[in-house]
Amino acid sequence: MLHLSIFLFFGAICAAGAVNLLVQRHPINSALSLIAVMVSLAVEYLLLGAEFVAAVQVIIYAGAIMVLFVFVIMLLNAGVEERIEGSRVAMILGIPGMLVGSALVAWVLLERSGTSSVAVGSLPGYPKEIAGLLFHDFLLPFEVTSVLVLIAIMGAVVLASHPDSETQQKKES
Amino acid sequence: MAPITTLHYLVVAAALFVLGVVGVLTRRNVVVVLMSIELILNAVNLNLVAFSRIWGLQGQIFSIFVITDAAAEAAVGLGILIAFFRNKETVNVDEVDLLKW
Repeated sequence: MLHLSIFLFFGAICAAGAVNLLVQRHPINSALSLIAVMVSLAVEYLLLGAEFVAAVQVIIYAGAIMVLFVFVIMLLNAGVEERIEGSRVAMILGIPGMLVGSALVAWVLLERSGTSSVAVGSLPGYPKEIAGLLFHDFLLPFEVTSVLVLIAIMGAVVLASHPDSETQQKKES
Repeated sequence: MAPITTLHYLVVAAALFVLGVVGVLTRRNVVVVLMSIELILNAVNLNLVAFSRIWGLQGQIFSIFVITDAAAEAAVGLGILIAFFRNKETVNVDEVDLLKW
């Protein structure tokens, strides 16, 4: 009872925040509503018993990634987005496509609604079990992910570094 | 009241996914498009964690991998955006046409 009301409350915050992200015209408002979505998703993970994933969600998503987004929005100083006229083809094809897609999703969800429900907390995602899987069964993907992150960091540094800075340093020296 | 089933989580995740797709397709600001992609990845994460309640902890491991990929994607995407903004002084996706001829 309590769990269901908490689930419904934070699920509603999730959906409302996502809608607000789309409706807001200024990117900083969209970023703040995305933080609200991520924090309420962390609560949903807690309801599922995934404590470690909830902590990671708050620390990495709502912390690190969103700080990066807010920092870039501040750096670019992009103002309010101006609207343009949508194309007619998008309206003709998009609205029936959206209806068909929602009908398909609803059909699949209702068809498979017999999926069992497990009591909250019966499969706890403690860091001990997660670490056992991550550093034993999934060791190779874990190491490959570290290489991916290293390449991403190097790519971001190369992309964001000023192209003229190297030549200026050569002139100065 | 009925207990929370996996279907509840699937409905929330489907809503987040659809809203993310709408954001990617309709918004002009590149930063908002990247944030909508984060929304889609979050929907996938919610599905993975919801199914990990039935099938074991592997889903949570994969959701951690997805979070790592999202961080890498955001870093590279925003780096590209800064490099692009330095050239063209705009953040609108429909004005990103440097590779068009």
